[in-house]
Amino acid sequence: MVNTSFNKKEILTLLSEIKDPEIPVVTIEEMGMLRDVIISNNGYEVLLTPTYTGCPAMGIIEQDILSTLQDAGISNAKVTMVFAPAWTTDWMSESTKEKLVQFGIAAPVHSSCVNWLSPRNVEVSCPKCGSKNTKIVAQFGSTACKALYSCNDCQEPFDYFKCH
Amino acid sequence: MTQQEALYKYLLRLGDNALIQSYRLSEWCSRGPILEEDLALTNIALDYIGRAQNLLQYAAAIEGKGHSADHLAYRRAEHQYYNNLITEMPRGDFAYTIVKQLFISTFEFLLYTELCHSKDEAIAGIAGKAIKEVRYHWTHSRDWCYRLGKGTAFSNDKLQQAVNDLWMYTGEQFEMGAEEEMLSAEGIAFDNKALQSKWLEMVSTVLTASNIQIPTESYMQTGGRKGVHTENMGHILAEMQYLQRAYPDATW
Repeated sequence: MVNTSFNKKEILTLLSEIKDPEIPVVTIEEMGMLRDVIISNNGYEVLLTPTYTGCPAMGIIEQDILSTLQDAGISNAKVTMVFAPAWTTDWMSESTKEKLVQFGIAAPVHSSCVNWLSPRNVEVSCPKCGSKNTKIVAQFGSTACKALYSCNDCQEPFDYFKCH
Repeated sequence: MTQQEALYKYLLRLGDNALIQSYRLSEWCSRGPILEEDLALTNIALDYIGRAQNLLQYAAAIEGKGHSADHLAYRRAEHQYYNNLITEMPRGDFAYTIVKQLFISTFEFLLYTELCHSKDEAIAGIAGKAIKEVRYHWTHSRDWCYRLGKGTAFSNDKLQQAVNDLWMYTGEQFEMGAEEEMLSAEGIAFDNKALQSKWLEMVSTVLTASNIQIPTESYMQTGGRKGVHTENMGHILAEMQYLQRAYPDATW
């Protein structure tokens, strides 16, 4: 039997509490990974989109979704990965970006499809001192979604969330 | 050949290219020349393994025998793999890996740009994600070509040697099989041959700016797409498939 005591909005509210395991200050909803919930006779289908195709956090997020729903008494749920439309950093709100900065990660500074040929021309602000006098150390950082930068003024090494 | 069979084989080719390229890049884990490159090459490997998983999962669904992506990766012998030979070449030195990555990601940039418009929605979806990652792979290898090519005489020499050694494996990327002819007529796949001149232009621009000579040899070694591989492939699968061969059906 389908548990009809939850509507779509309620499910999304439950799931919007789940944090990104790699960046525990933002939720999967704020990141734009949580796409939709489909309620049918077969139960609840949560549509999730990966940030990067090989992102190892996706398995953990899937488990988190299922256990959150389990805790609410829902057992007939499944998670389906959707690829289109492709996830983009453009879906992050300004307040989400601000949370990243507070956490020490510089937020993506331009639209996903601009400037990809010249990533070095992007002006990235240091999340610690705010200086724009920063340099890229490596295009690939601690996770697939971040690049490694360092600040020429305060010398802080920091992650930059790449435009995607 | 039915369209289903053609699609299955095409997905295997795309998926195998990603899987074997991922395997070679991941060999750099803990062996990178500097920590940042250790992270970069293995991050790129991660993008490829994700892409391989998606493509092989879709291939398994099209095959319709209830197999998983893992089954296709671990239960096929080398003659059933259709990756291009360039992906299975040993990782070599850092310059060799960078040139290999430049040649492959230039092709992938052109191909996946087209596949974003595939009439097959699943392929278009996978391509839409992959293209964003390929751009980072491409700029990474381009920037290292500049640095190595314009660095010292030694690094320039290493880069030139890698270009010369890998050149004859680049032509295979543009080969078309019967299944690709069939699918590109339907707007599902894309005509690889049509990408060749643009590929040469992009690669030549990077290499020339890196003070590297473009090879003039025209002989191209092919075979992977027909399942005829170099001896490297057997060694790769011997290691990659060891667990499933020693303990069939083992799961986590």
